[in-house]
Amino acid sequence: MQSTLLIVLLGIIALAYHFGRKRAVAVAGGPTQIKTLHSLPTYYGLYAALWAGLPALLLLGFWAGFQETVVTAMVKAQLPAEMTAGLSPGRLGLLVNDIRNLATGNIVSSEVTPEIQAAADNYLRLQGIASIALWALVLAVAAGGISLAWRSMAPQLRARNRVESTIMVILVVFSSIAILTTLGIVLSVVFESILFFRSVPLTEFFFGTHWSPQIALRADQVGAAGAFGAVPLFTGTLLISFIAMLIAVPIGLMSAIYLSEYAPRRVRSLAKPALEILAGIPTVVYGFFAALTVAPFVRDLGASLGLDVSSESALAAGFVMGIMIIPFVSSLSDDVINAVPQSMRDGSYALGATQSETVRRVIIPAALPGIVGGVLLAVSRAIGETMIVVMAAGMAANLTWNPIESVTTVTVQIVTLLTGDQEFDSPKTLAAFALGLTLFVVTLTLNIIALHIVRKYREQYE
Amino acid sequence: MSTTAAEVGRATPTGAITAADLEKDRSFKGTIGDITSPNARMVCRDVNVYYGDKQAIKRVSLDIGKNEVVSMIGPSGCGKSTFLRCLNRMNDTIPGCRVTGLIALDGVDVYDKKLDVVPLRAQVGMVFQKPNPFPKSIYENVAYGPRIHGLTNNKTELDELVETSLRKAGLWEEVKDRLDQPGTGLSGGQQQRLCIARTIAVSPEVILMDEPCSALDPIATAKIEELIDELRENYSIAIVTHSMQQAARVSQRTAYFHLGDLVEVGETDQIFTNPQHKLTEDYITGRFG
Amino acid sequence: MSNPATPDGANSPRRAIDAVNASLKRRYAAEKRFRLMGMSAVILGLAFVAILFVDIVAKGWPAFQQTSIQLPIYFDAQVIDPEGTREADTLSRANYVVLARDALRAQFPDVQGRTDVRALNAMLSPGVPQQLRELVMADPSLIGTTQEIWLIADDDVDQFVKGAIPRDVPELERRVKDQTVAWIDALDERGRIEKKFNTTFFTAGASREPELAGIAGALMGSFYTLVLTLLFSFPIAVGAALYLEEFAPKNKWTDIIEVNINNLAAVPSIVFGLLGLAVFISFFGVPRSTPLVGALVLTLMTLPTIIIASRAALKSVPPSIREAALGVGASPLQTQFHHVLPLAMPGMLTGTIIGMAQALGETAPLLMIGMIAFIVDIPGGFTDPSTVLPVQIFLWADSPERGFIEKTSAAIMVLLGFLLLMNLTAVLLRRKFERRW
Repeated sequence: MQSTLLIVLLGIIALAYHFGRKRAVAVAGGPTQIKTLHSLPTYYGLYAALWAGLPALLLLGFWAGFQETVVTAMVKAQLPAEMTAGLSPGRLGLLVNDIRNLATGNIVSSEVTPEIQAAADNYLRLQGIASIALWALVLAVAAGGISLAWRSMAPQLRARNRVESTIMVILVVFSSIAILTTLGIVLSVVFESILFFRSVPLTEFFFGTHWSPQIALRADQVGAAGAFGAVPLFTGTLLISFIAMLIAVPIGLMSAIYLSEYAPRRVRSLAKPALEILAGIPTVVYGFFAALTVAPFVRDLGASLGLDVSSESALAAGFVMGIMIIPFVSSLSDDVINAVPQSMRDGSYALGATQSETVRRVIIPAALPGIVGGVLLAVSRAIGETMIVVMAAGMAANLTWNPIESVTTVTVQIVTLLTGDQEFDSPKTLAAFALGLTLFVVTLTLNIIALHIVRKYREQYE
Repeated sequence: MSTTAAEVGRATPTGAITAADLEKDRSFKGTIGDITSPNARMVCRDVNVYYGDKQAIKRVSLDIGKNEVVSMIGPSGCGKSTFLRCLNRMNDTIPGCRVTGLIALDGVDVYDKKLDVVPLRAQVGMVFQKPNPFPKSIYENVAYGPRIHGLTNNKTELDELVETSLRKAGLWEEVKDRLDQPGTGLSGGQQQRLCIARTIAVSPEVILMDEPCSALDPIATAKIEELIDELRENYSIAIVTHSMQQAARVSQRTAYFHLGDLVEVGETDQIFTNPQHKLTEDYITGRFG
Repeated sequence: MSNPATPDGANSPRRAIDAVNASLKRRYAAEKRFRLMGMSAVILGLAFVAILFVDIVAKGWPAFQQTSIQLPIYFDAQVIDPEGTREADTLSRANYVVLARDALRAQFPDVQGRTDVRALNAMLSPGVPQQLRELVMADPSLIGTTQEIWLIADDDVDQFVKGAIPRDVPELERRVKDQTVAWIDALDERGRIEKKFNTTFFTAGASREPELAGIAGALMGSFYTLVLTLLFSFPIAVGAALYLEEFAPKNKWTDIIEVNINNLAAVPSIVFGLLGLAVFISFFGVPRSTPLVGALVLTLMTLPTIIIASRAALKSVPPSIREAALGVGASPLQTQFHHVLPLAMPGMLTGTIIGMAQALGETAPLLMIGMIAFIVDIPGGFTDPSTVLPVQIFLWADSPERGFIEKTSAAIMVLLGFLLLMNLTAVLLRRKFERRW
């Protein structure tokens, strides 16, 4: 419906451009008189197109964003009082969801009562009205824009300047989207987290050692209260990240050193992109590899050593995550190692140092800040990595540092809490946002520190 | 002259240079003046350097004597730095660089395949155009060489060696209270003297200096020049410089390079007062350069 | 000078070089060790690449083949269309299972007893009726004839034939019982069981039965999502890069934007999923599980990548070009659009392709916005519920049936194939248009 309107609107814009151009040539007094125009005819066309399209598009976008919310609110408000009486906000949300599902022909979770059917009809009716109103309004705005542009067509009209300043505004808006994204992330997680911390105290979340978010639907079920002590998740995340770094940092760093200082050019030109393949592999593939190949292998290996390794051991997940991060560490290290000026190497060689002495005693100390920055970025990557742990790490929140046991991580819990059926306002769902906030703050802090260190390091040698 | 550079190189497969070899090369005709030194430390004969296909140095022969400072002057791109870097094989790090001819240190062929560059560079130290202290403390900068080469047996000896080296470089008084601060925090002149101290700490026989003052102000330059004069007592020094005044001030012998040729060699006084070759004269009198 | 390390004393001129020479052996050993460590790190890294690929290809290769059983099917008019109307409705509702089962029974007339018959019938996939239905619907003249038809075998049979279920395991631990093994062998002897190229895998949507599952639905979902992501992210990223690199005044605000973009590039992708869930779905009411909402989230996620690449591309255009254009009286925007952008375009496109590759492989944020739902139908538009290839891989990897392991690996092979293609395009593009000013 809305996409048809969008296509119609695009057609109108194209027509506005065409006739805007023609009109400009006409007001100038024919093709021979184009010189009397302030700008090229194209700009008059663009001017008309912008007037026709921009306000209408903005309206369309705005409307499309809010139609659903407004209609739902209206349906909710018009529900019979006896239906909504005594319902928690969460249950009400489910009811509205049902109504919406019924109206769009999806599967409904509860039985369809006449009231719900009526509400669904009401919903459909309102949606219909909204759509017609949208069409009328958008077309009217577009027409208004065109007529405005049409009337202002005159040789003196500074069409190019108008068009260019509009484009500049659009460019500014585009570059602010990055800020809006951050703002959106912050607002969405902070808002839901505040709701969460209203029902679960901060101290329990950050210092509690018991995590069991399953809140029973009935009061008599076991663990009805749910427990939201996130410490086991934090230790689990750290444990797996630590294992990953144990794999990634030595291998990544050493291969970067070897490839930039030792390897013949041919080897470097082949091995470097080959290693970087690892960076291009989707994380879900690593997850599959971890769960179906590495985890059984680690378990069997443990069994042959007489160890009882969990089939969802932190070791397997961390190991594969380490492989994933190798190219990340190695390309960042490669960058910083190459940024160490040749004069440092010359100074060392001129004293009679061997290559490895130069690398170990001059280049690495000189590149250390950059390497540390890179490793911090890698840690932030490991902490935020989701698919590998979702597929290969466990669900059980064990508080342990033993790498052969199963642990769970922050990201695993976010996915677990938010996939499947959800009530939007239950502490269980909100807990995911609190975890998301923690994750965001931690990774952001790491990134800012790391990027700062790396930037300072670069400036030092520029 | 009938012997080519390659033949000279082949004539000394073991690396030992015989007196006859040296005698034969005395007749070299390309360069005006006496290329030899009575107390030669380093002997270079018919040295050619190629970067890929381009020949940067053409049949250069020159001796560097004991306790003398040899300065190399000439217009930019004349190959003097290239030649200097051949003397301790720093050109090895440049891909595509090829050296033929003979360069010997105390009678040992430097470019012998079996020769190890690590002890060579310990014997022939180098100071670069731009001061390049390591991003470590002043102490660690000087101690770096002795540490990697295992020159001292304990901390006391190392402390002593660092102090003597810094004293010889004339830096001790200025830095003795802040040895643990980064060497990169010093001024340009101090950094360069630190680099010299770093070189001295390894106890080399020969010190190569590649325009050591070009990045420094006049006061720092004067200090370094003074230092070079003092160092002459213990070391052989080859210095590349752009400043003719500097060459006149610090060196006993001067070599004038032009487009890869060594045009003229002689006592510094003689070169500056009575150059033999037209090119040298033009350069000295400032007609080009 | 009393220091023994200086060469001036007559008795100790070689002291330093002797020490150096004495240390050489130890130092060269260390050099060798270090070099070896570096080399083994590279080899280890490359080995991981190799193991990963070999493992996946070895697991996924069999999925491109599907075991089929050839049976002479008698399209009994009594079963399909007893009244002879040949109406589409009747034809589609007919009980095709019976046809296949009868044909299979005819192969093994001595099979008696309900459990045995059930075991025999279980050799055929639940998808067989649909297979027959499609044949008849396409060509009703088949009714009343007998045709030799290759029917899809059940996944257990398929796995057994491919050797994934080993023969030499005790019967109790084997999913395929001895009885079925005997039937398979008998069919094999008669040349009635064979592995054929698996077209279903490329044409079908998701299914609970491994032998009927295909990636077409996920591929279409990925396609729609990527198209939208490209439409959203490319103009925005190019616009933002253009503004930040060419027009923005260097002040605090642009500094903040810059730091912000760099940080966004490193925010965990799952956080973007949370953003999508809270803002796009809950607040703006964008329909869940659709390519539209997926594309919105992926756009925000890939924007930083493309912006950073586009800015680098703009930076590499020499200022002289801008000066030349401005010098002949072009406006700043004309300069950009006529001269700078065309020159920077290859770099921007390369960055965009890399961003799209990243979006194609992304899974975690899409789980948050409902693209994890089990969707059988192949999506036909931007607002149809759908899933994408990586999520499909995740779902299959979670399925307990053995047959899904090879399907997952095969889907990974397809995904990696697309990624390889995209990255190759990016590399070629870069190489072709790379300019040194």
